[in-house]
Amino acid sequence: MDITIAIFITLVGAATPILIAALGELVVEKAGVLNLGVEGMMLVGAIAGFAAQFYTGNPYLALLAGAFAGAATSMIFGFLTLSLSANQTATGLALTIFGTGFSALAGAPFSARPIELMRPLFPAELATHPMWRVLFGYSAPVYFSFFMVFAIWYFLKKTRAGLILRAVGENDLSAHSIGYSVKGVRYAAVMFGGAMAGIAGACFPLLLTPQWAERMTAGRGWIAVALVVFASWKPFRLLAGAYLFGLVMTMELYAKAGGGPLSIIPSELWAALPYLATIVVLVLISLRRDASTNAPACLGKPFLPSN
Amino acid sequence: MTITRRTILKTGAAAAALPLLGSRAFAQGEPLKIGFIYVGTINDNGYNYAHNQGRLYVEEQLGDAVETTYVENVPEGPDCERVLRELAQQGNKLIFATSFGFGDSVIKVAQQFPDVKFEHATGYQKAENVGLYNARFYEGRAVCGTIAGHLSKTGKLAYIGSFPIPEVVMGINALALSARRINPDITVKPVYISTWNDPAKEADAARALIDQGVDVIAQHTDGPAALQVAQERGIIGGFGQGADMSAFAPETQLTAIIDNWGPHYLASAQAVIDGTWVAGDTWEGLKENVVEMGPYNEKIPAEVVADAEKVRTGQIDGSFHIFTGPIKDNTGAERVAAGVTMTDAELLSMDWYVEGVEQPA
Repeated sequence: MDITIAIFITLVGAATPILIAALGELVVEKAGVLNLGVEGMMLVGAIAGFAAQFYTGNPYLALLAGAFAGAATSMIFGFLTLSLSANQTATGLALTIFGTGFSALAGAPFSARPIELMRPLFPAELATHPMWRVLFGYSAPVYFSFFMVFAIWYFLKKTRAGLILRAVGENDLSAHSIGYSVKGVRYAAVMFGGAMAGIAGACFPLLLTPQWAERMTAGRGWIAVALVVFASWKPFRLLAGAYLFGLVMTMELYAKAGGGPLSIIPSELWAALPYLATIVVLVLISLRRDASTNAPACLGKPFLPSN
Repeated sequence: MTITRRTILKTGAAAAALPLLGSRAFAQGEPLKIGFIYVGTINDNGYNYAHNQGRLYVEEQLGDAVETTYVENVPEGPDCERVLRELAQQGNKLIFATSFGFGDSVIKVAQQFPDVKFEHATGYQKAENVGLYNARFYEGRAVCGTIAGHLSKTGKLAYIGSFPIPEVVMGINALALSARRINPDITVKPVYISTWNDPAKEADAARALIDQGVDVIAQHTDGPAALQVAQERGIIGGFGQGADMSAFAPETQLTAIIDNWGPHYLASAQAVIDGTWVAGDTWEGLKENVVEMGPYNEKIPAEVVADAEKVRTGQIDGSFHIFTGPIKDNTGAERVAAGVTMTDAELLSMDWYVEGVEQPA
């Protein structure tokens, strides 16, 4: 198999969970809520997905279980920050700590138990040629992630519901004063973000390593949170950003593993690239005049109407 | 953000001790409290799992005479100091720090608690109340390397390591030396991933290596992720590390290096109870059953198994030592003269690679 194609296939695997989780967080932040609990929700999704796959052997049920578990976890955050107006930053961090511990506890009986990987979506005949493999060789979550990039862009830009969600994120009091339910919209957004993080977490045992390991997401939830800022809250930039991060994460390993052209750029530089890229993007964003208008104006602020 | 489960454990231990309350009146004095800290989780099916099995062995053997506590997922850094101090303050008189990176913290905390005995695994800094213990994992690597040397078709082996510390470097070199005894054309590609536990990264490293022609993979991280990728891609094989990982890769695990810490933990606990403990420096291997080999995969031909067994038994009876010269490093310079065996001190500070190992990028 051509090495370029091999790299691309590995890169898709690395980028997909980050992209799915980041898309969820993007919608949450567009509604004006900052949920830093992505890593924790991913871990809860991962163990739920693992357990469902272990007991049923049906990866679609496993993805659903991951989505459900992530959404349920996010409702803890929703209740604390939206109903009780707790500090979002602190609650999000607490949610990550909770998710890490809870998934470890729930996962304890599942160590030393391998499961089946999710199979590719399309029949193997379509993916015999390496070039076709690049298009048809993946399992469902990969195509789902691409679909969701488009769907979220369409929802936010072209639909009335998306406009309301953005209004809630930009100016909650105005949205409230003309009769929209700020809390309702935010609850829905937080739940959607939780479900997406749960699916992203379930991708780890289903797509990458068919086992349960504590903390198996290893910080990728935080990359997802950072990517949303990196992409300045735009779905298609998020797609590019997730694949850029996936590329550098993958290339670091291929550069270490390989000789020849792969090691022209040293692996240390690949390892440093995500951070360099983040700095460059942040500088570029801040150079633009309208930069400040891009972040949802009510991001992270509790909604406290006077009446 | 350390999640500990020692409270759960304590409750469990208390519950287990309940039926014994009656006989407890006869026990002499307080039970010896022993603390363990692990860098990862006890459910990793590898290195930390093996240490915890050792702890359970002590409990099983000494029963009421000991009370053990463990803290898992302790990061190698300042937080480790806090955990050690807490364990000492809770009355643990013997504390095992089971990962290399805990070393500096152990030395610091040991100075503050002179009446507490510490033992540090795979480390190098000793003190009055800090003993060292280690296992000769490289002996197991020599057995693995023999199998890899026979079976590899592409002649490319890989070794996914965590950090370039002597422990890992030694394993890479033992694998390369033993494989090249069989097939001098073999090369070993080390890849360091800078973590003990990130299954997705371990798996991606394995993918990267297999995509570039590697057909036998060894790993020195704490879990079976690389082995699973090897199984998925159908390469010749890999090796379990720390524990038997054949459940994850039944067709691909050629054999495993199994850590068996129980006897050492038992001996140390007994010595503290008897008042005979002194800061030791033990380094035991196949001979003492601290390192054991897992079952050989059925697909390995009988003559290869026989050869691997020869290497295993040779290390037990002392007739074979993998680090016996002549050994050249990977720049071609002779490091060990013919007939000379490297000393333990030289092995424990190994920072160079033998011939046939590619310099890590």
